[in-house]
Amino acid sequence: MADNTVLLGHGSGGQMMKRLIDEVFLEAFGSPELLEGNDAGVGELPGTGRIAMSCDSFVVTPPFFPGGDIGRLAVCGTVNDVATSGARVRYLSCGFILEEGYPLDDLRTIVRSMADAAREAGVRIVTGDTKVVGRGSADGVYISTAGVGEVPCGVNLSGANCRPGDVVLVSGTLGDHGIAVMSTREGLAFATDIQSDAAPLNHLIAAAMDAAPHARCFRDPTRGGLASTLNEFADASGVAIEVDEDAIPVRPEVRGACEMLGYDPLQVANEGKMVAVVPAEEAQAALEAMRGAPYGENAAIIGRVLELDPGREAHVRVRTGWGATRILDMLVGEQLPRIC
Amino acid sequence: MSAVSGPQAAAIDFSAFRDPGLARDLIARIRGAVGNRSINLMEVCGTHTMSIGRFGFRSVMPAGLRLLSGPGCPVCVTANRDIDRAIAIARIEGVTIATFGDMMRVPGSTSSLAAEKAAGRDVRIVYSPLDALRIAEDEPGRQVVFVSVGFETTTPAIAACLLDAAERNLANFSMLCANKLTPPALRAIADDPQTRIDGFILPGHVSTITGLAPYRFLVDEFGLPGAVTGFEPVDILASIELLVRMIIDGTPDIVNAYRRGVNADGNPTARALTEQVFETVGATWRGLGELCASGLRIREEYACYDAQRRFDVHVEPTQEPRGCRCGDVLRGRIAPDTCPLFGHACTPEHPVGPCMVSSEGSCAAYHRYRV
Repeated sequence: MADNTVLLGHGSGGQMMKRLIDEVFLEAFGSPELLEGNDAGVGELPGTGRIAMSCDSFVVTPPFFPGGDIGRLAVCGTVNDVATSGARVRYLSCGFILEEGYPLDDLRTIVRSMADAAREAGVRIVTGDTKVVGRGSADGVYISTAGVGEVPCGVNLSGANCRPGDVVLVSGTLGDHGIAVMSTREGLAFATDIQSDAAPLNHLIAAAMDAAPHARCFRDPTRGGLASTLNEFADASGVAIEVDEDAIPVRPEVRGACEMLGYDPLQVANEGKMVAVVPAEEAQAALEAMRGAPYGENAAIIGRVLELDPGREAHVRVRTGWGATRILDMLVGEQLPRIC
Repeated sequence: MSAVSGPQAAAIDFSAFRDPGLARDLIARIRGAVGNRSINLMEVCGTHTMSIGRFGFRSVMPAGLRLLSGPGCPVCVTANRDIDRAIAIARIEGVTIATFGDMMRVPGSTSSLAAEKAAGRDVRIVYSPLDALRIAEDEPGRQVVFVSVGFETTTPAIAACLLDAAERNLANFSMLCANKLTPPALRAIADDPQTRIDGFILPGHVSTITGLAPYRFLVDEFGLPGAVTGFEPVDILASIELLVRMIIDGTPDIVNAYRRGVNADGNPTARALTEQVFETVGATWRGLGELCASGLRIREEYACYDAQRRFDVHVEPTQEPRGCRCGDVLRGRIAPDTCPLFGHACTPEHPVGPCMVSSEGSCAAYHRYRV
C-alpha cells in the first residue's frame, strides 16, 4: 500500500478498505475460509457438521438515529452476515467498549434494543464482555458482536458461485440507512422522514432459499452499498453483472438527498437489505418468497449475470432507460465515516 | 431507478427530464444530424462531466461526436501553489482548516490536506462556509481558515459569509481564496491552437449568476456556439442537439436551454455581493497557466479576513507531478484515458493529479464510469 498511516477511507467499505484487508489482514491470516471472501467463514466442527461464524464492530455516530440505534445495528449486522452463508443463526456474543461518563440510561436503551432484535431474529445472546476506557479514549459506546450458526447439509453459498444467466435480486429500497444516519449529522442536518432499515434478514434468506434451492449467494450491501456487493460477486465469480437502473428500488427522498449531497444511492449503505443471485428458472419464486417475507415487500429483480467478453475484466455495469451503459464501480475512499 | 412511494415526495418532479423515450428520440436525432461529421463539444462544468458519465452518454453518441471535458471543476484548476499554501497554514499551531471534502485529497507538491489531517493537523470538512464560521464562533481559541475554491456560483455565498464574519467582528476567522471566473478560461481554450472545439455546453449553475452576456464573445470573436443547460439527461441531450444544428448550419449563437434555472440577466444581487467583497486579479490555473482578470482576491477593505495576508507562511517550492497531464486534460487537448498515468500510477485511490481526485474531475469521471 502506498499509505503509511490508516486513513478514514480505509474503513469505507470501498476500494481502500479492500486493499487494506488484502494487503494487511489476509497477508497475515490467510486461512482458506478467510480467502473465500464471504461475509461469514464456514468451517467443519468435528462431530457436528459445518458452522458459519462472523463478527462485526459498531461505532456509528450518533448512536441513536431515525429508525434504529447502535444496539439494533449490532445484532442485525452480525445475524445478517452469518445468515448469508445459508446458516441457521443460533448464538451471539457481544462486547462493549464504554467511555467513562456514558449515561447508563442510554446504555440500558441500547441493550434493550439488542434484546428485542435478538428475539425477533430468534437468536440468543450467550456471552459478552465489558471494558471501560477513560474519557476521550473512545466516543461513548462501541459494540462488537460475533455470531455462529449451523450450515445445513448441501448448502454452499458463495460470492464465487455466480454463473452467466443467473438473475440478481434485491430485497428492498436502497440507501435508506446511510441517508437516515447522514440526515442527523451535525453540519449536514437536513429535514427528512427517512428511517434506517436496520433489520434481521435471516427469515427472509431462509424463505428465499426454500423457494430457490439452487440460490448462488446472498450478501447484505452495507458500507459501499450495492456497488461494492455486486463488484465483490463479479470479481469472485469472474463474470460481468448488468443491472437495470429503472428496476432498482430507491425511495424518491433518498434519491433527492443523494443528488443534494453528490452521492450515488447505489454506493450508500444499507443495514436491512439483501442482494441475492439465483438461477434464472428460480428467480420468480425467489422474488415472491422475498416479497412475502418480513422486510421484503419492495423486493425486485434488478439484473443479470453475463459472460465476460474476451479480454475484459470482471465488472458491474448499469443500463439506463435509454439504452446507455456505464460502469458501476466500488466507492473509492471515504463517503461518510462511522455509519455503522 | 424505480420510484417507491415514501412518506415524503421529492420536492420537484424531474421525471420529464429523465423520460427514456424522449432521451432515445434526442439520441436518434443527434445521430441523424451528425452522420459522418467530426464534431468536438466541450462541457465546462464539472457537474456536466459527471452527469455525462453517469448517464452513459458517451456509449450512445455517434462515433464522430466527441464530448471533451473542460476546466469546469474548481478543485482541478486550483494551482499547486494554492494547495501548498493551504498546507503550510494547516501546519501552524492553533489553526483549524475548514474546506470542502474534495479539497482534502488533492495532492500538493509534497503533501495533501488529508495527509496533514492524518499527521495530526486540525483539518475539517464543511459543506458550507457558514459551517466554518460556526466553528470559529464555537472555538474562539482557534484560528479558523476556510479554504475557498469555486466559480461564480459558489462565490456569492462565500462573500456573504465573509460579510457576516465582518459584521460579528470575528477575529479568529479568515479565508484563503482561490475563487475563479469562468469566461477567461473559455477564452483561453477557444484561443488555443492545439485544441479544436466546435461548441461549448455552458455551465448551468454558473449561468444562474452570470446570465448569458459573458459568453457572447465566443460567437463574436471566435464564431463558436454555446448552449447553457441543466443536468438531467434530456437537458444535456437537448443542448447537444442545439449545438450540433448550429454547427452544421453555420449559425453560432449563445442559447439558453435551461430556462427553468437561468435568466438571461443572471442574478445581479448575487453578483453585487461578489463585487462588494472581491476584486478581479490575474490568477494561475492548473493547466491553463496565468490568465488575466480570471481570479478573485478579497478587497483591501476586508483584508483582515484574508488568510494569505494574515498568515505569513513559507510556501514550499512548487513541484508538478511528473508525467501528469491534467493540464492537457483541462484544455481538452487529450481525453483522460490517453494520459499514460491514467488507471496505472494515477487512480482515484492514489491520485497523482487533481482531475482524478475531485468528484467532478474529468479523470475521476472517466475512471468511475468507463464503458
